[in-house]
Amino acid sequence: MKPSPGALVTLALLLILAFAPLYLGAYPLTLLGRVLALSVAAVGVTVVWGRAGILSLGQGLFFGLGGYALAMHLKLTATPPGDLPDFMVYNGVERLPWFWAPFASAPLTLLAVLTLPAAAAGLVAWLMFRRRITGVYVSIITQALLLAFVTWLNGAQGLTSGTNGITDFQTFLGIDLRSPGTTRGLYWVTLAAVALALGGTAALLRTPFGQVLTAIRDNENRTRFLGFNPAAFKIAAFMLGGLLAGVSGALYTLHLGTISPAMIGTAFSLELVVWVALGGRASLLGSAAGLVLGQLAKDRVSSAAPDAWLYVMGALFVLVVLVLPQGVAGLLARRPRAPQPPLQPAAPSPVPREVSDAL
Amino acid sequence: MSQLRSFCVVTLSLTLAAGAASAQGAVRVGVLHSLTGTMAISEITVANAAQLAIDEINAKGGVLGRTIEVVKEDGASDWPTFATKAEKLLTQDKVAAVFGGWTSASRKAMLPVFEKSGGLLFYPVQFEGNECSPNIIYTGAQPNQQALPALEWALGQGYRKIFLLGSDYVYPRTANLILKKHIAAKKATLSGEEYVALGGTEFSSVINKIKAARPDVIINTLNGDSNVSFFKQYQAAGYSAKTLPVISFSIAEQEAQAIGTGLLNGQYATWNYFQSLPNPANRKFVAAYQKKYGAGAAITDPMAHAYMDVYLWKAAVEKARSFDPKAVRRAIVGISMDSPLGKITVAPNGSLTQAVYTGLSGAGGQFKVVAQSKGVVKPEPYDALAFPGKTCP
Amino acid sequence: MDFTFIAGQLFTGLSVASILLLAALGLALSFGLMRVINMAHGEFLMVGGYLTYLAAQWAGPTLGDGYLWVAFPLAFLGSALLGAVMEFTVIRRLYGRPLDTLLATFGISLILQQAARHLFGSTGVPVTAPTWLSGALTVGDVTLPLVRLFVIALALAVLGGMWWLLNRSRFGMQVRAVNASREMAAALGVNTRALDLLVFALGAGVAGVAGVGLALIAPVNPTVGAAYIVNAFLVVVVGGVGSVLGGAAAAVLLGFVTALAEGFTSVSLAQAALLLLVVAFLQWKPRGLIPTTSRALEDA
Repeated sequence: MKPSPGALVTLALLLILAFAPLYLGAYPLTLLGRVLALSVAAVGVTVVWGRAGILSLGQGLFFGLGGYALAMHLKLTATPPGDLPDFMVYNGVERLPWFWAPFASAPLTLLAVLTLPAAAAGLVAWLMFRRRITGVYVSIITQALLLAFVTWLNGAQGLTSGTNGITDFQTFLGIDLRSPGTTRGLYWVTLAAVALALGGTAALLRTPFGQVLTAIRDNENRTRFLGFNPAAFKIAAFMLGGLLAGVSGALYTLHLGTISPAMIGTAFSLELVVWVALGGRASLLGSAAGLVLGQLAKDRVSSAAPDAWLYVMGALFVLVVLVLPQGVAGLLARRPRAPQPPLQPAAPSPVPREVSDAL
Repeated sequence: MSQLRSFCVVTLSLTLAAGAASAQGAVRVGVLHSLTGTMAISEITVANAAQLAIDEINAKGGVLGRTIEVVKEDGASDWPTFATKAEKLLTQDKVAAVFGGWTSASRKAMLPVFEKSGGLLFYPVQFEGNECSPNIIYTGAQPNQQALPALEWALGQGYRKIFLLGSDYVYPRTANLILKKHIAAKKATLSGEEYVALGGTEFSSVINKIKAARPDVIINTLNGDSNVSFFKQYQAAGYSAKTLPVISFSIAEQEAQAIGTGLLNGQYATWNYFQSLPNPANRKFVAAYQKKYGAGAAITDPMAHAYMDVYLWKAAVEKARSFDPKAVRRAIVGISMDSPLGKITVAPNGSLTQAVYTGLSGAGGQFKVVAQSKGVVKPEPYDALAFPGKTCP
Repeated sequence: MDFTFIAGQLFTGLSVASILLLAALGLALSFGLMRVINMAHGEFLMVGGYLTYLAAQWAGPTLGDGYLWVAFPLAFLGSALLGAVMEFTVIRRLYGRPLDTLLATFGISLILQQAARHLFGSTGVPVTAPTWLSGALTVGDVTLPLVRLFVIALALAVLGGMWWLLNRSRFGMQVRAVNASREMAAALGVNTRALDLLVFALGAGVAGVAGVGLALIAPVNPTVGAAYIVNAFLVVVVGGVGSVLGGAAAAVLLGFVTALAEGFTSVSLAQAALLLLVVAFLQWKPRGLIPTTSRALEDA
C-alpha cells in the first residue's frame, strides 16, 4: 500500500517526538508524556464520534476502568504481603474485596486493562444500540452512566479509596516508578502506544469496516437498507473507543502516580471531546494533535491568566462548532485534491429531516 | 488520514519551556491553590493569606538576605492539575518550598511528586490524618485537634445522642469512623450517619431521617455550599440551634457569611483559629489582611494556617541557614512561635502542637469562643482507638 | 420504620419531584420541542437565582418580603432575554446539528459560570426566604415546611401555565404545528424563525422562574446550575421528549423512587442507583413514558 501524505506526516512527527528526551527539560517532558497518554483516548473518540457519529460523553468511564485496573495492581504491589492497602485499613475494611484479588497478578492486570474497558464499552453499546437509541440520547445516557460510576467510586470509599483516589505507588513490574529514568522510559512506552493506536486505527478504518462506519454516520437507515446491521458495527466501534480509552487511562495513571474519580468525571470527558473537535473529529492525527496542543495550551494559559482560562475554554467550544466544524485538520485539508465526506448529512437528496430543519 | 497537513511542528514549540533564570538574589517559593473551579471559593483567600505573609517578609528584607519571589499556580480544582503544577514548580521553577492544597485528594495527588523530587509542601487545612509524608508539613488540624475535642465538648454539654452528617468524601468518612469509636467508648449513642454527594442540594430525606432518629446534636462535616441547602432546609423543617444544635468542622467565618448569619445564628464550629481571637499577633494579622483585601474580608482557620506557614518556613530556613528542603525539614521540628493561632510548636511528625477552640456563631459571620482546650493539643495522625498500632515512621 | 417516617418520605418524594420538574420544564420546550440540547440550561436556573438576590437587594428595603413578587417577573424577563440572545447568536446557526449544539452550549455555560464569578464573586450570595414562608404545617406528626409547599405549588403553576400555553393558545398551536412538520407550518405562513426564538426564550424564562424557587431552598452560586443539569435531562428523556405531561410524570416517578431509595438505603447510594435505574428504564421504553408518535423515519 502506498503511504498517504498523512501517514508520512504522522511518521515524521512521531520521529521528532521520539527524540524529545534529548532536547526537552524534565518538566516539559513529563507534561508531554502525560498529554500523549491522553491522546490515545482522543484517537478512540475519533473512531466513535468522528467516524461512527456516536457522541459519547462517558469516555471517562472506560478511561477510569483502565486506570483503576492498573492502580489496583500498583497499590497491591506497594502493600506489604499479607497487609491490606492502607486506605482499606482506615475505612475499617478487614478482608481484601473479591474483585481486588485478581489484580495481585501483573499478567492478569495487563489483560484486564486491555479487556475490561472494551468489554464494558461493548455492554453499554449493546444495551443502547440494540434498542436503536441514537444521537443526543446516547450522549445523555453515557453521561449518566459515567456519573453513576463516579458517584459509586466516591461513595464506596472502603473499596475504592473514594475521592482521594488510589495513590502512593512504588514499583511496576519491578521497576521503581519514582526514579527519574522511569520518566524517560515511560515516555517512550507512551509514544509507542500512541504510534500503535494511530497506525492500527488508521489501518482498520481503511478496511470495509471503516467505510461502513462512515456510511452509518452519514445515514444509518440507508446503511441498514443496504443490508448491514448498524448496531453490530457501532458496538464494535464503541468497543474500540473503550479499549483505547482504557489503555490511555492506564498510561495516564502511571504518569501521574494516582487516579481519582475527579480525574475521569464529566469535565474530563467533555474536554476530551472538545480537543478532538478542535483538532478535527474525523482525522486521527488531527484529534490526537488537537488534544496534545489543547492540553499544553491549557497548561500555559491557565498559569498565566487563571481567571481568563474559562472564558477562553468556553469561547473555544462555541467557535470550533460555529466556525470550524471539522477542526483544524478539516481547515488544512480544504484543498481541491482531497475531497472529504461531509461531516453532517448534507446536500444530496432526499433531504433527511435533520437537515430540513436547518433550511 | 489523508487530510493531514503539516500543522504539527507547533506541538514542539509549545512544549519547549522557557526556563527563565530566577531574579538575582531572590529565592523562589510556589503558591499552589485552586484559583478557578469549585474550590476557588475557599482557596483564593488562602493563597492571599500566604501572599500577605510573603509581602510582609519581603518588606522587612526577606529571608537570609534574599527576597522571596512567588510563583503562583492554579490547581483549578482538578487533582491531576495539582500534580502537574507541583511538578512544574519543583523541577522547572526549582522552588524552595510550596504552600498549597486544600482537599485531601489534591494533597494525595501531589504527594508522589514531592516525594520523588524531594520538595517540601506546607499544607494548611484540617484533614483526616492517616498520612505522614516526610515531605509535607501538615499544619491544619489532625482529627484529634478538631473532631475529638468537639465531641468531648458536646458530651460535656450533656448531649448523648449524636447524628453524624457529612459530604461523601474522605475527610467526613474518616473523621466519623474515628468519632464512632469514641462515641462507643464514651457510652454515648450514635443515632444516625448520613452522607450526601459533594455539592448535593437536596436534604429532605436526611432531615426526615434526623426527625425519626431524634438526636441531641448533629456533628456536621458537610462541605461548601451543601451547607447552605442543609441549613435552609433544616430551618424550614422547624429546627433551630435551640432545639437541635449543629457543630460544624468545615464552616468558618467566610462560609458563615455565605450561608447567611440568619441561618447560622447560635450554631457551633470547632477550629484552631477564629478571627475573633484576641491575641496581639492575630490583631496585627487581621488588620494587615483587611487593609490589603478589603475591610469586610472574613478570615478563616486555613487562612491563618497558610499565613503562619510562611513564617514557619522562614524560621526554619534561618535556623538551618539553608534553603535546602531536607535541611529545612530537619530544622523545622521544635520551632515555636506566637502566631495568630496562639502559641504553636512543630512536632517531630511535621504537624503542629496547637490549641483547639469551639466558637458560637453570631452577627456578621463571626464566632465567639465558648470553649477551648486546656493548653495545646499534640498532633496524632493516627487515632489510637480507630487505628491501633499505627504510627508515623 | 414508623408511619411518620414513611409519610415524611412520601412528602420528600413530592418535594424532590417538584424540584426536578422546575429544573426540567424549561428543557421540555428547548429540548422537547426544538431538539436543542442546551447544556447552559442549568445556568438559566442560576441566573434566576442571582436575579432573586438582586431583587431582594433592590426591592427588599422598600417592599420587605414582597421582593419575591418582583423577583419572579425579573427572573423571567432576564433569563428570557439571555435565552433570546443565545438563540439569535449561536443556536440559530446550529439547527439540525444537535451534537454540535451540545458542545457550543456547554461552552456558553462555562462562560456564564465565569461571568457569575466575576460579577458576584466565587462565594455564593445569600437569599433568604420571606418570613411568611418560614413556618411549617403540621399534619399529625409530619412536618410540611411552607417553603416546600410553596415550591410544589410553583412547579404546578408553571406546569399548568405551560400546558395551557401549548395546548390552548394560538401560540401553542403554531409551536405544535412546527414540531409536527416544519415545512408545512412554514408553507402555511408560520414564521418559524421567530417562533424558534420565542420558544427558546420562553424555555429560558421558565428556567429563570424555576431558579427563584430553587434559590429559596438551595444555594445561589456560580456552579449551582451544574448540580441540576443531568437530572433535568433525565426527566425529559424518561418522560418522553416533546411531552410536557410526560416530563411531569417522570419527575414524580423519579422523585418518589429517590425518596424511597434514600429512605431505606443511604443517600449517597441512592444517587448512583437512580442513574442506573434510568438507564434500565430506557431499555424498556426507549422513547420515554409518553412517547410522541411520529411517522418520520428519522426523528430526534
